Amino acid sequence: MKEVRDPLTGHMTTGHEWNGITELNTRVPRAIWLFILVTHVWALIIWILLPAWPVGTTYTKGVLGLDQRQQVNKEIAAAERAFAERDRQIRERSVPEIMTDVSLMNYVMDTASAIFGDNCAVCHGTAASGGPGYPSLIDTDWLWGGDTDQIMETLRVGINSQHPDTRHAQMPAFGRLGVLSGRDVRLLVPYVKSLSGSDIPAEVRAAGEDLFSRNCSSCHGADGMGRLQAGAPNLTDDVWLYGGGDNDIFYTIWDGRQGWMPAWQARLSDEDRKMLVIYLQELADGERP
Amino acid sequence: MLMKIIRVLIKPFASLYEAHAVAHYRIERHSMGLSIGIIIAAAIGGLVEIAPLFTIDETVEAAPDMRLYTPLEQAGRDIYVREGCYACHSQMVRTLRDEVERYGAYSLAVESQYDHPMLWGSKRTGPDLARIGGKYSDSWHVQHLVNPRTVVPESIMPQYAFLRRAVLETQSLPGRLEALRRAGVPYKADMISSAEVDAAGQAKPDSDLADGVFERYGEETAIRNFDGQDGRVTEMDALVAYLQVLGQLTDLPESNSARDE
Repeated sequence: MKEVRDPLTGHMTTGHEWNGITELNTRVPRAIWLFILVTHVWALIIWILLPAWPVGTTYTKGVLGLDQRQQVNKEIAAAERAFAERDRQIRERSVPEIMTDVSLMNYVMDTASAIFGDNCAVCHGTAASGGPGYPSLIDTDWLWGGDTDQIMETLRVGINSQHPDTRHAQMPAFGRLGVLSGRDVRLLVPYVKSLSGSDIPAEVRAAGEDLFSRNCSSCHGADGMGRLQAGAPNLTDDVWLYGGGDNDIFYTIWDGRQGWMPAWQARLSDEDRKMLVIYLQELADGERP
Repeated sequence: MLMKIIRVLIKPFASLYEAHAVAHYRIERHSMGLSIGIIIAAAIGGLVEIAPLFTIDETVEAAPDMRLYTPLEQAGRDIYVREGCYACHSQMVRTLRDEVERYGAYSLAVESQYDHPMLWGSKRTGPDLARIGGKYSDSWHVQHLVNPRTVVPESIMPQYAFLRRAVLETQSLPGRLEALRRAGVPYKADMISSAEVDAAGQAKPDSDLADGVFERYGEETAIRNFDGQDGRVTEMDALVAYLQVLGQLTDLPESNSARDE
């Protein structure tokens, strides 16, 4: 069988024949050739412009001289320059001053809400209202003090973190370590609750008071008001980080608690942390009636 | 008019390919020639993959402070692979401004030098985990793995509560470390022989076993009861230990980044 032109399509056949059936040898469409041409020319241009071929221990750098690492470092440096003036204002001005500057506050709230979302929200919640084990950041109850410097310091070094200057606090496991018996802890629970105002019989109060003064008052204070330097919470304000039910308080005393706030010094700049403090204050102000 | 220009442009190019097609048509009919052609074509593919490895010592940065994965962390890494965490989480901060601002310094090749297999990934249903170590507390990780919705209400991550109940299998750890040693991870003989006790010791800060871990893997090793449960060492201990060491093996990336320049 010879290669002949098929009269119907106008294309040549392959010259193969199976029981009278022949096969068309259709030409590759022009559009495909065009596409191949464009991609090949494009490849040549890119090889010249961008880093492409390995050569021994180095590689062709390309005439544009692009380097991803240098580029990202440049972009970040440019961003820092662009925000330098605002960062300076945040660094040098006091929190109340910043909070009265509308345009600066817009910047702070935008930036800080992104920082908060990326770093803080997974524990403290997107509304900063906390949850069991993670304190609310929009109430007035601060374990380590609520003024700007103290919050900034807590953010910098963390609590029970791996930072060398970390704040340290531990609620010992009074029950598990055998300091108090199960009966003692059960007696303490209603007393601890009564500090926040619930009524209990006088004899329960007396027993609890005795246990409290011998075991708890060194950190929480004789009146249960807590001690900022030790990170010991105020027990009289009806704010319960690990839950205020009988069971929750029992296990807090029995098993102890040791929360862990990570240190943010390596991840967030001083300005970032100051903006977070302002952001939280603004959120808290919005919550108050 | 345009079609005419295109046609003229394509002409020499198309004839080149037509000539190629003719040559191809001929070579198809010679089995030896075709075999040799296939070998040459396949060799190019192999060369492109293999050749860069000849100069890997020069292209990967040096990180003299780089720590090894402890047996517990390595066991956690194996669980991470087993559970397919890499299908939704990458471990690669790319050289882009938004990534560096969100996750921290961009990843360096040297950070993965002890990773077999590497888990860089390119699919992010969840966030990148290359710098997750130390970012959140152990108890947060446990809570989040047990049921992600309790801490992140909008999360779509599956629950891994069973990890807290599954006792960690440590018998095969010396073998696994030995396999890594042969792949180039500089585990020493005593690290391999004491892999089982070290895995237990790292999750038991109060036991005598913990000292050996510090001795063999350095003072910066995190020795904690990662899952918060007393007694046995679970798969949760291993996975949290691994997550907490991600991005913490060397300080090089931070010193390399723009922040300090």
